[in-house]
Amino acid sequence: MKYVDEFRDYALAEPLLKELRRSVTTSFRVMEVCGTHTMSIFRSGLRTLLPEGVELISGPGCPVCVTSASHIDAILAIAERTNVRIALFGDLFRVPGSSGLSLANASSQGTKVDIVYSPMDSLELARNYPEDMVVFLGVGFETTTPGIAATIMAAKNSNVDNFSVFSTHKTMPPPLLALLDDPELQIDGLLCPGHVSSIIGAGAYQPLVDRYGLACVVGGFEPADILQALILLARQVGRGEAKVENAYTRAVRWEENSRAQQMVHNIFEPADMEWRGLGMIPQSGLAIREEYGHFDAEKRLNIKLTPAEEPKGCRCGEILKGKELPSQCPLFGKRCTPGNPIGPCMVSSEGTCAAFYKYDQ
Amino acid sequence: MCLAVPMKVLEIEGSPDDFLSGQIAVVDADGIRKETRLDVVDRWPEIGDYLIIHAGFAIHTLDPEEAKTNIRLMHEMVEKVEGLEATENNS
Ligand code: SF4
Repeated sequence: MKYVDEFRDYALAEPLLKELRRSVTTSFRVMEVCGTHTMSIFRSGLRTLLPEGVELISGPGCPVCVTSASHIDAILAIAERTNVRIALFGDLFRVPGSSGLSLANASSQGTKVDIVYSPMDSLELARNYPEDMVVFLGVGFETTTPGIAATIMAAKNSNVDNFSVFSTHKTMPPPLLALLDDPELQIDGLLCPGHVSSIIGAGAYQPLVDRYGLACVVGGFEPADILQALILLARQVGRGEAKVENAYTRAVRWEENSRAQQMVHNIFEPADMEWRGLGMIPQSGLAIREEYGHFDAEKRLNIKLTPAEEPKGCRCGEILKGKELPSQCPLFGKRCTPGNPIGPCMVSSEGTCAAFYKYDQ
Repeated sequence: MCLAVPMKVLEIEGSPDDFLSGQIAVVDADGIRKETRLDVVDRWPEIGDYLIIHAGFAIHTLDPEEAKTNIRLMHEMVEKVEGLEATENNS
Protein backbone atom coordinates (compact mmCIF):
# COMPACT_ATOMS: atom_id res chain seq x y z
CA MET A 1 0.00 0.00 0.00
CA LYS A 2 3.00 2.23 -0.24
CA TYR A 3 1.49 3.51 -3.45
CA VAL A 4 -1.45 5.05 -1.64
CA ASP A 5 0.68 6.53 1.10
CA GLU A 6 2.74 8.35 -1.49
CA PHE A 7 -0.27 10.39 -2.48
CA ARG A 8 -1.43 10.92 1.08
CA ASP A 9 1.98 12.22 1.98
CA TYR A 10 1.57 15.70 3.36
CA ALA A 11 5.25 16.35 2.80
CA LEU A 12 4.28 16.71 -0.83
CA ALA A 13 1.72 19.36 -0.06
CA GLU A 14 4.08 22.04 1.21
CA PRO A 15 6.20 22.43 -1.94
CA LEU A 16 3.05 22.18 -4.08
CA LEU A 17 1.48 25.00 -2.09
CA LYS A 18 4.58 27.11 -2.67
CA GLU A 19 4.38 26.39 -6.37
CA LEU A 20 0.70 27.32 -6.36
CA ARG A 21 1.54 30.65 -4.72
CA ARG A 22 4.08 31.25 -7.39
CA SER A 23 1.69 30.26 -10.18
CA VAL A 24 -1.09 32.62 -9.18
CA THR A 25 -0.38 35.74 -11.20
CA THR A 26 -3.95 36.94 -11.49
CA SER A 27 -6.86 36.19 -9.20
CA PHE A 28 -9.35 33.60 -10.38
CA ARG A 29 -12.46 31.66 -9.41
CA VAL A 30 -12.69 27.91 -9.76
CA MET A 31 -15.75 25.76 -9.38
CA GLU A 32 -15.03 22.39 -7.82
CA VAL A 33 -17.75 20.31 -9.39
CA CYS A 34 -17.54 17.20 -7.27
CA GLY A 35 -18.78 16.82 -3.70
CA THR A 36 -15.83 14.61 -2.84
CA HIS A 37 -13.53 17.47 -3.81
CA THR A 38 -15.50 19.86 -1.61
CA MET A 39 -15.14 17.54 1.35
CA SER A 40 -11.47 16.82 0.76
CA ILE A 41 -10.64 20.52 0.40
CA PHE A 42 -12.23 21.25 3.76
CA ARG A 43 -11.06 18.16 5.59
CA SER A 44 -7.44 18.61 4.63
CA GLY A 45 -7.53 22.27 5.62
CA LEU A 46 -6.54 23.26 2.08
CA ARG A 47 -9.20 25.92 1.96
CA THR A 48 -7.49 27.98 4.62
CA LEU A 49 -4.04 27.52 3.07
CA LEU A 50 -4.88 28.70 -0.42
CA PRO A 51 -3.03 31.79 -1.57
CA GLU A 52 -4.88 35.04 -1.97
CA GLY A 53 -6.57 35.39 -5.32
CA VAL A 54 -7.75 31.78 -5.53
CA GLU A 55 -11.45 31.47 -4.87
CA LEU A 56 -13.14 28.07 -4.79
CA ILE A 57 -16.87 27.67 -5.15
CA SER A 58 -18.79 24.41 -4.92
CA GLY A 59 -20.85 23.14 -7.79
CA PRO A 60 -23.70 20.69 -8.38
CA GLY A 61 -21.67 17.54 -7.76
CA CYS A 62 -23.11 16.14 -4.55
CA PRO A 63 -25.55 13.50 -5.81
CA VAL A 64 -27.79 13.51 -2.74
CA CYS A 65 -27.93 17.33 -2.71
CA VAL A 66 -29.13 17.61 -6.30
CA THR A 67 -31.86 14.99 -5.86
CA SER A 68 -35.06 17.00 -6.18
CA ALA A 69 -37.65 17.35 -3.44
CA SER A 70 -40.20 15.53 -5.61
CA HIS A 71 -37.85 12.56 -5.97
CA ILE A 72 -37.29 12.49 -2.21
CA ASP A 73 -41.07 12.53 -1.72
CA ALA A 74 -41.44 9.67 -4.21
CA ILE A 75 -38.82 7.69 -2.29
CA LEU A 76 -40.78 8.26 0.92
CA ALA A 77 -43.96 7.15 -0.86
CA ILE A 78 -42.18 3.92 -1.86
CA ALA A 79 -41.17 3.44 1.76
CA GLU A 80 -44.84 3.51 2.78
CA ARG A 81 -45.71 0.51 0.63
CA THR A 82 -46.05 -2.83 2.35
CA ASN A 83 -43.65 -5.62 1.48
CA VAL A 84 -41.03 -3.17 0.31
CA ARG A 85 -37.46 -3.21 1.53
CA ILE A 86 -35.35 -0.20 0.61
CA ALA A 87 -31.63 -0.51 -0.13
CA LEU A 88 -29.58 2.67 -0.39
CA PHE A 89 -26.24 4.41 0.03
CA GLY A 90 -26.20 5.87 3.53
CA ASP A 91 -26.28 9.56 2.74
CA LEU A 92 -29.92 9.53 1.64
CA PHE A 93 -31.15 8.13 4.92
CA ARG A 94 -31.71 11.43 6.70
CA VAL A 95 -32.78 13.72 3.85
CA PRO A 96 -36.19 15.17 4.76
CA GLY A 97 -39.02 15.21 2.23
CA SER A 98 -41.49 18.06 1.96
CA SER A 99 -43.32 16.74 5.04
CA GLY A 100 -40.11 17.23 7.05
CA LEU A 101 -39.82 13.48 7.59
CA SER A 102 -37.05 11.27 6.22
CA LEU A 103 -36.33 7.58 5.65
CA ALA A 104 -34.81 7.60 9.12
CA ASN A 105 -38.26 8.44 10.49
CA ALA A 106 -39.90 5.83 8.25
CA SER A 107 -37.44 3.23 9.45
CA SER A 108 -38.21 3.97 13.10
CA GLN A 109 -41.88 3.46 12.14
CA GLY A 110 -41.09 -0.01 10.84
CA THR A 111 -40.11 0.48 7.17
CA LYS A 112 -37.35 -1.93 6.22
CA VAL A 113 -34.32 0.10 5.16
CA ASP A 114 -30.86 -1.35 4.51
CA ILE A 115 -27.77 0.73 3.93
CA VAL A 116 -25.52 -1.06 1.43
CA TYR A 117 -21.96 -0.54 0.23
CA SER A 118 -22.49 -1.80 -3.31
CA PRO A 119 -25.67 -2.11 -5.40
CA MET A 120 -24.83 -5.82 -5.75
CA ASP A 121 -25.50 -6.17 -2.02
CA SER A 122 -29.13 -5.27 -2.69
CA LEU A 123 -29.42 -8.28 -4.99
CA GLU A 124 -28.23 -10.41 -2.10
CA LEU A 125 -30.97 -8.83 0.04
CA ALA A 126 -33.55 -9.74 -2.62
CA ARG A 127 -32.41 -13.37 -2.46
CA ASN A 128 -32.51 -13.39 1.32
CA TYR A 129 -35.97 -11.79 1.57
CA PRO A 130 -38.00 -13.38 -1.24
CA GLU A 131 -41.28 -12.06 0.22
CA ASP A 132 -40.12 -8.41 -0.07
CA MET A 133 -39.66 -6.24 -3.14
CA VAL A 134 -36.17 -4.84 -2.72
CA VAL A 135 -35.97 -1.31 -4.16
CA PHE A 136 -32.48 0.07 -4.66
CA LEU A 137 -32.38 3.87 -4.68
CA GLY A 138 -30.25 4.76 -7.67
CA VAL A 139 -28.79 8.17 -6.91
CA GLY A 140 -25.55 9.22 -8.50
CA PHE A 141 -23.56 10.31 -11.53
CA GLU A 142 -21.55 8.56 -14.22
CA THR A 143 -19.34 6.78 -11.70
CA THR A 144 -22.18 5.09 -9.86
CA THR A 145 -24.49 4.23 -12.76
CA PRO A 146 -22.34 1.53 -14.44
CA GLY A 147 -22.36 -0.60 -11.29
CA ILE A 148 -26.11 -0.21 -10.97
CA ALA A 149 -26.55 -1.14 -14.64
CA ALA A 150 -24.40 -4.23 -14.04
CA THR A 151 -26.57 -5.09 -11.03
CA ILE A 152 -29.76 -4.87 -13.11
CA MET A 153 -28.17 -7.07 -15.74
CA ALA A 154 -27.13 -9.58 -13.08
CA ALA A 155 -30.71 -9.57 -11.70
CA LYS A 156 -32.03 -10.41 -15.14
CA ASN A 157 -29.41 -13.07 -15.84
CA SER A 158 -29.97 -14.79 -12.52
CA ASN A 159 -33.78 -14.38 -12.59
CA VAL A 160 -34.09 -12.36 -9.41
CA ASP A 161 -37.66 -11.15 -9.64
CA ASN A 162 -38.20 -9.19 -6.44
CA PHE A 163 -35.65 -6.48 -7.23
CA SER A 164 -36.03 -3.05 -8.81
CA VAL A 165 -34.22 0.27 -9.04
CA PHE A 166 -35.67 3.74 -8.54
CA SER A 167 -33.61 5.73 -11.01
CA THR A 168 -32.70 9.34 -10.40
CA HIS A 169 -29.36 8.86 -12.19
CA LYS A 170 -27.85 11.97 -13.64
CA THR A 171 -25.11 12.87 -16.08
CA MET A 172 -22.64 15.66 -15.42
CA PRO A 173 -22.10 17.58 -18.65
CA PRO A 174 -25.71 18.89 -19.10
CA PRO A 175 -25.95 20.80 -15.77
CA LEU A 176 -22.49 22.28 -16.30
CA LEU A 177 -23.64 23.63 -19.66
CA ALA A 178 -26.84 24.94 -18.05
CA LEU A 179 -24.87 26.67 -15.28
CA LEU A 180 -22.33 28.18 -17.62
CA ASP A 181 -25.03 29.62 -19.83
CA ASP A 182 -26.09 31.71 -16.83
CA PRO A 183 -24.33 35.08 -17.19
CA GLU A 184 -24.48 35.61 -13.41
CA LEU A 185 -22.03 32.80 -12.79
CA GLN A 186 -18.54 34.18 -13.24
CA ILE A 187 -15.86 31.51 -13.17
CA ASP A 188 -12.51 31.10 -14.86
CA GLY A 189 -11.96 27.41 -14.44
CA LEU A 190 -13.37 24.06 -13.48
CA LEU A 191 -11.81 21.50 -11.19
CA CYS A 192 -13.34 18.53 -12.99
CA PRO A 193 -14.52 15.49 -11.01
CA GLY A 194 -11.96 12.68 -10.81
CA HIS A 195 -14.04 9.54 -10.97
CA VAL A 196 -16.80 10.82 -13.21
CA SER A 197 -13.96 11.59 -15.60
CA SER A 198 -12.58 8.10 -15.36
CA ILE A 199 -15.87 6.98 -16.93
CA ILE A 200 -16.53 9.79 -19.44
CA GLY A 201 -12.85 10.56 -20.20
CA ALA A 202 -11.08 13.90 -19.83
CA GLY A 203 -11.97 14.63 -23.46
CA ALA A 204 -15.59 15.14 -22.42
CA TYR A 205 -14.74 18.67 -21.19
CA GLN A 206 -13.41 19.87 -24.53
CA PRO A 207 -16.84 21.33 -25.48
CA LEU A 208 -16.70 23.51 -22.34
CA VAL A 209 -13.32 24.83 -23.42
CA ASP A 210 -14.54 25.48 -26.94
CA ARG A 211 -17.81 27.10 -25.95
CA TYR A 212 -16.91 29.08 -22.82
CA GLY A 213 -13.13 29.41 -22.98
CA LEU A 214 -12.96 27.79 -19.59
CA ALA A 215 -9.81 26.24 -18.12
CA CYS A 216 -10.67 22.62 -17.26
CA VAL A 217 -8.41 20.42 -15.15
CA VAL A 218 -9.32 16.93 -13.95
CA GLY A 219 -8.09 16.34 -10.41
CA GLY A 220 -7.91 13.49 -7.92
CA PHE A 221 -9.03 13.67 -4.30
CA GLU A 222 -5.91 13.70 -2.17
CA PRO A 223 -4.57 17.13 -1.15
CA ALA A 224 -1.53 16.71 -3.42
CA ASP A 225 -3.82 15.83 -6.34
CA ILE A 226 -5.98 18.89 -5.77
CA LEU A 227 -2.98 21.20 -5.43
CA GLN A 228 -1.52 19.87 -8.63
CA ALA A 229 -4.81 20.57 -10.44
CA LEU A 230 -4.98 24.09 -8.97
CA ILE A 231 -1.42 24.81 -10.12
CA LEU A 232 -2.35 23.84 -13.67
CA LEU A 233 -5.51 25.98 -13.46
CA ALA A 234 -3.56 28.97 -12.13
CA ARG A 235 -1.01 28.66 -14.93
CA GLN A 236 -3.71 28.44 -17.60
CA VAL A 237 -5.59 31.45 -16.26
CA GLY A 238 -2.34 33.40 -15.85
CA ARG A 239 -1.38 32.78 -19.46
CA GLY A 240 -4.87 33.45 -20.73
CA GLU A 241 -5.15 29.87 -21.97
CA ALA A 242 -8.08 27.50 -21.89
CA LYS A 243 -7.66 23.77 -22.40
CA VAL A 244 -8.38 20.43 -20.83
CA GLU A 245 -5.58 19.04 -18.68
CA ASN A 246 -5.52 15.83 -16.72
CA ALA A 247 -3.85 15.97 -13.30
CA TYR A 248 -5.25 12.58 -12.31
CA THR A 249 -3.62 10.21 -14.77
CA ARG A 250 -3.66 7.29 -12.37
CA ALA A 251 -7.43 7.04 -12.77
CA VAL A 252 -8.39 9.05 -15.85
CA ARG A 253 -7.59 8.76 -19.55
CA TRP A 254 -8.55 11.10 -22.37
CA GLU A 255 -10.93 8.46 -23.75
CA GLU A 256 -14.06 7.22 -22.01
CA ASN A 257 -14.27 3.87 -20.21
CA SER A 258 -16.16 2.17 -23.00
CA ARG A 259 -16.97 -1.03 -21.09
CA ALA A 260 -18.73 1.01 -18.42
CA GLN A 261 -20.48 3.28 -20.91
CA GLN A 262 -21.67 0.29 -22.93
CA MET A 263 -23.08 -1.33 -19.81
CA VAL A 264 -24.97 1.87 -18.97
CA HIS A 265 -26.21 2.19 -22.54
CA ASN A 266 -27.55 -1.38 -22.50
CA ILE A 267 -29.79 -0.72 -19.52
CA PHE A 268 -30.49 3.03 -19.49
CA GLU A 269 -31.50 5.72 -21.95
CA PRO A 270 -31.21 9.52 -21.64
CA ALA A 271 -34.25 11.22 -20.10
CA ASP A 272 -35.20 14.67 -18.86
CA MET A 273 -34.38 15.05 -15.19
CA GLU A 274 -35.27 17.48 -12.44
CA TRP A 275 -32.35 18.75 -10.35
CA ARG A 276 -32.64 20.51 -7.03
CA GLY A 277 -31.82 24.15 -7.57
CA LEU A 278 -31.36 23.78 -11.31
CA GLY A 279 -34.85 22.61 -12.26
CA MET A 280 -35.61 20.39 -15.23
CA ILE A 281 -32.61 19.85 -17.51
CA PRO A 282 -33.34 18.09 -20.82
CA GLN A 283 -31.63 14.73 -21.29
CA SER A 284 -29.61 15.08 -18.09
CA GLY A 285 -30.94 11.93 -16.48
CA LEU A 286 -31.05 8.22 -17.18
CA ALA A 287 -34.21 6.12 -17.26
CA ILE A 288 -34.34 2.32 -17.38
CA ARG A 289 -35.03 1.07 -20.91
CA GLU A 290 -38.35 -0.59 -21.75
CA GLU A 291 -36.58 -3.91 -22.17
CA TYR A 292 -35.55 -3.85 -18.50
CA GLY A 293 -38.82 -2.27 -17.34
CA HIS A 294 -39.35 -5.21 -15.03
CA PHE A 295 -36.58 -3.78 -12.85
CA ASP A 296 -37.87 -0.21 -12.91
CA ALA A 297 -39.37 0.61 -9.50
CA GLU A 298 -41.31 3.54 -10.94
CA LYS A 299 -43.17 1.14 -13.24
CA ARG A 300 -43.33 -1.87 -10.93
CA LEU A 301 -44.80 0.14 -8.05
CA ASN A 302 -46.60 2.68 -10.26
CA ILE A 303 -44.88 5.67 -8.65
CA LYS A 304 -45.87 9.12 -9.88
CA LEU A 305 -43.65 12.13 -9.33
CA THR A 306 -45.54 15.12 -8.00
CA PRO A 307 -44.21 18.68 -7.66
CA ALA A 308 -42.88 19.27 -4.15
CA GLU A 309 -41.96 22.32 -2.11
CA GLU A 310 -38.37 22.94 -1.10
CA PRO A 311 -37.90 23.05 2.68
CA LYS A 312 -38.91 26.57 3.76
CA GLY A 313 -36.00 28.98 3.87
CA CYS A 314 -33.44 26.46 2.59
CA ARG A 315 -30.95 27.98 0.11
CA CYS A 316 -29.52 24.68 -1.16
CA GLY A 317 -30.60 25.47 -4.71
CA GLU A 318 -28.59 28.70 -4.85
CA ILE A 319 -25.62 27.05 -3.12
CA LEU A 320 -25.60 24.22 -5.68
CA LYS A 321 -25.43 26.80 -8.45
CA GLY A 322 -22.38 28.38 -6.83
CA LYS A 323 -24.30 31.62 -6.23
CA GLU A 324 -24.49 31.67 -2.46
CA LEU A 325 -22.49 30.43 0.49
CA PRO A 326 -24.05 28.51 3.37
CA SER A 327 -23.45 31.50 5.65
CA GLN A 328 -25.97 33.42 3.55
CA CYS A 329 -28.72 30.99 4.57
CA PRO A 330 -30.57 32.32 7.62
CA LEU A 331 -31.07 28.79 8.93
CA PHE A 332 -27.39 27.76 8.70
CA GLY A 333 -26.01 26.68 12.06
CA LYS A 334 -29.16 27.83 13.83
CA ARG A 335 -32.18 25.75 12.91
CA CYS A 336 -30.20 23.70 10.41
CA THR A 337 -27.27 21.64 11.72
CA PRO A 338 -25.91 18.18 10.88
CA GLY A 339 -27.81 16.87 13.91
CA ASN A 340 -31.04 18.43 12.70
CA PRO A 341 -30.68 19.01 8.97
CA ILE A 342 -33.32 20.92 7.04
CA GLY A 343 -31.93 20.58 3.53
CA PRO A 344 -29.86 17.93 1.76
CA CYS A 345 -26.72 20.13 1.61
CA MET A 346 -26.52 19.72 5.38
CA VAL A 347 -27.36 16.01 5.40
CA SER A 348 -24.93 14.67 2.87
CA SER A 349 -21.37 14.16 4.02
CA GLU A 350 -20.43 15.78 0.70
CA GLY A 351 -22.83 18.68 1.03
CA THR A 352 -21.44 22.20 1.07
CA CYS A 353 -23.41 23.22 4.18
CA ALA A 354 -22.16 20.16 6.07
CA ALA A 355 -18.58 20.93 5.02
CA PHE A 356 -18.81 24.57 6.13
CA TYR A 357 -20.46 23.59 9.41
CA LYS A 358 -17.86 20.96 10.28
CA TYR A 359 -14.71 22.71 9.18
CA ASP A 360 -15.33 26.39 8.82
CA GLN A 361 -17.00 27.35 12.08
CA MET B 1 -18.15 8.75 -2.04
CA CYS B 2 -15.09 8.55 -4.27
CA LEU B 3 -12.16 6.92 -2.54
CA ALA B 4 -9.14 6.91 -4.76
CA VAL B 5 -7.44 4.02 -3.09
CA PRO B 6 -5.86 1.74 -5.69
CA MET B 7 -5.93 -1.90 -4.61
CA LYS B 8 -3.67 -4.69 -5.71
CA VAL B 9 -5.19 -7.62 -7.62
CA LEU B 10 -4.49 -11.01 -6.02
CA GLU B 11 -6.95 -13.30 -7.84
CA ILE B 12 -9.33 -13.09 -10.80
CA GLU B 13 -12.52 -15.05 -11.51
CA GLY B 14 -14.50 -15.09 -14.74
CA SER B 15 -13.62 -13.69 -18.15
CA PRO B 16 -14.09 -10.28 -19.80
CA ASP B 17 -16.90 -11.23 -22.19
CA ASP B 18 -18.89 -13.57 -20.02
CA PHE B 19 -21.43 -11.56 -18.04
CA LEU B 20 -23.38 -14.63 -16.95
CA SER B 21 -20.91 -15.95 -14.42
CA GLY B 22 -19.37 -13.58 -11.91
CA GLN B 23 -16.55 -11.24 -12.95
CA ILE B 24 -14.71 -10.79 -9.72
CA ALA B 25 -11.25 -9.86 -8.50
CA VAL B 26 -9.87 -10.48 -5.06
CA VAL B 27 -7.92 -7.39 -4.04
CA ASP B 28 -5.71 -6.43 -1.14
CA ALA B 29 -6.91 -3.53 0.93
CA ASP B 30 -4.51 -2.69 3.74
CA GLY B 31 -3.70 -6.37 4.21
CA ILE B 32 -7.36 -7.39 4.16
CA ARG B 33 -8.75 -9.40 1.25
CA LYS B 34 -11.79 -8.01 -0.43
CA GLU B 35 -13.83 -8.86 -3.50
CA THR B 36 -14.63 -6.36 -6.22
CA ARG B 37 -16.70 -6.69 -9.40
CA LEU B 38 -15.02 -6.38 -12.79
CA ASP B 39 -18.17 -5.88 -14.92
CA VAL B 40 -17.40 -2.25 -15.82
CA VAL B 41 -13.63 -1.92 -15.44
CA ASP B 42 -11.99 -0.14 -18.40
CA ARG B 43 -9.28 -2.77 -18.91
CA TRP B 44 -9.48 -6.40 -17.77
CA PRO B 45 -6.71 -6.65 -15.15
CA GLU B 46 -3.92 -9.12 -14.61
CA ILE B 47 -2.71 -10.35 -11.26
CA GLY B 48 -0.41 -7.70 -9.78
CA ASP B 49 -2.23 -4.77 -11.42
CA TYR B 50 -3.95 -2.10 -9.35
CA LEU B 51 -7.66 -1.22 -9.44
CA ILE B 52 -9.53 1.97 -8.62
CA ILE B 53 -12.83 0.91 -7.08
CA HIS B 54 -16.13 2.74 -6.71
CA ALA B 55 -19.02 1.26 -4.67
CA GLY B 56 -17.84 -2.31 -5.07
CA PHE B 57 -17.03 -2.01 -8.80
CA ALA B 58 -13.56 -1.58 -10.27
CA ILE B 59 -13.60 1.28 -12.78
CA HIS B 60 -9.94 1.63 -13.79
CA THR B 61 -6.93 -0.65 -14.09
CA LEU B 62 -3.35 0.51 -13.65
CA ASP B 63 -0.35 -1.68 -14.26
CA PRO B 64 2.46 -1.48 -11.69
CA GLU B 65 4.56 0.54 -14.17
CA GLU B 66 1.84 3.17 -14.56
CA ALA B 67 1.49 3.30 -10.81
CA LYS B 68 5.21 3.97 -10.45
CA THR B 69 5.21 6.59 -13.21
CA ASN B 70 2.50 8.50 -11.40
CA ILE B 71 4.52 8.60 -8.22
CA ARG B 72 7.62 9.66 -10.14
CA LEU B 73 5.77 12.49 -11.88
CA MET B 74 4.57 13.82 -8.58
CA HIS B 75 8.09 13.72 -7.13
CA GLU B 76 9.51 15.37 -10.20
CA MET B 77 7.04 18.18 -9.84
CA VAL B 78 8.08 18.68 -6.24
CA GLU B 79 11.78 18.41 -7.04
CA LYS B 80 11.47 20.94 -9.80
CA VAL B 81 9.82 23.32 -7.39
CA GLU B 82 12.56 22.79 -4.85
CA GLY B 83 15.18 23.20 -7.56
CA LEU B 84 13.67 26.53 -8.51
CA GLU B 85 13.70 27.59 -4.92
CA ALA B 86 17.38 26.82 -4.57
CA THR B 87 18.27 28.96 -7.60
CA GLU B 88 16.08 31.77 -6.34
CA ASN B 89 17.72 31.71 -2.94
CA ASN B 90 21.16 31.73 -4.48
CA SER B 91 20.50 34.69 -6.69
S1 SF4 C 1 -27.99 25.53 5.96
FE1 SF4 C 1 -29.64 24.01 5.84
S2 SF4 C 1 -31.43 25.14 5.28
FE2 SF4 C 1 -29.67 26.45 4.80
S3 SF4 C 1 -29.17 25.99 2.68
FE3 SF4 C 1 -27.94 24.63 3.91
S4 SF4 C 1 -29.16 22.76 4.06
FE4 SF4 C 1 -30.56 24.38 3.36
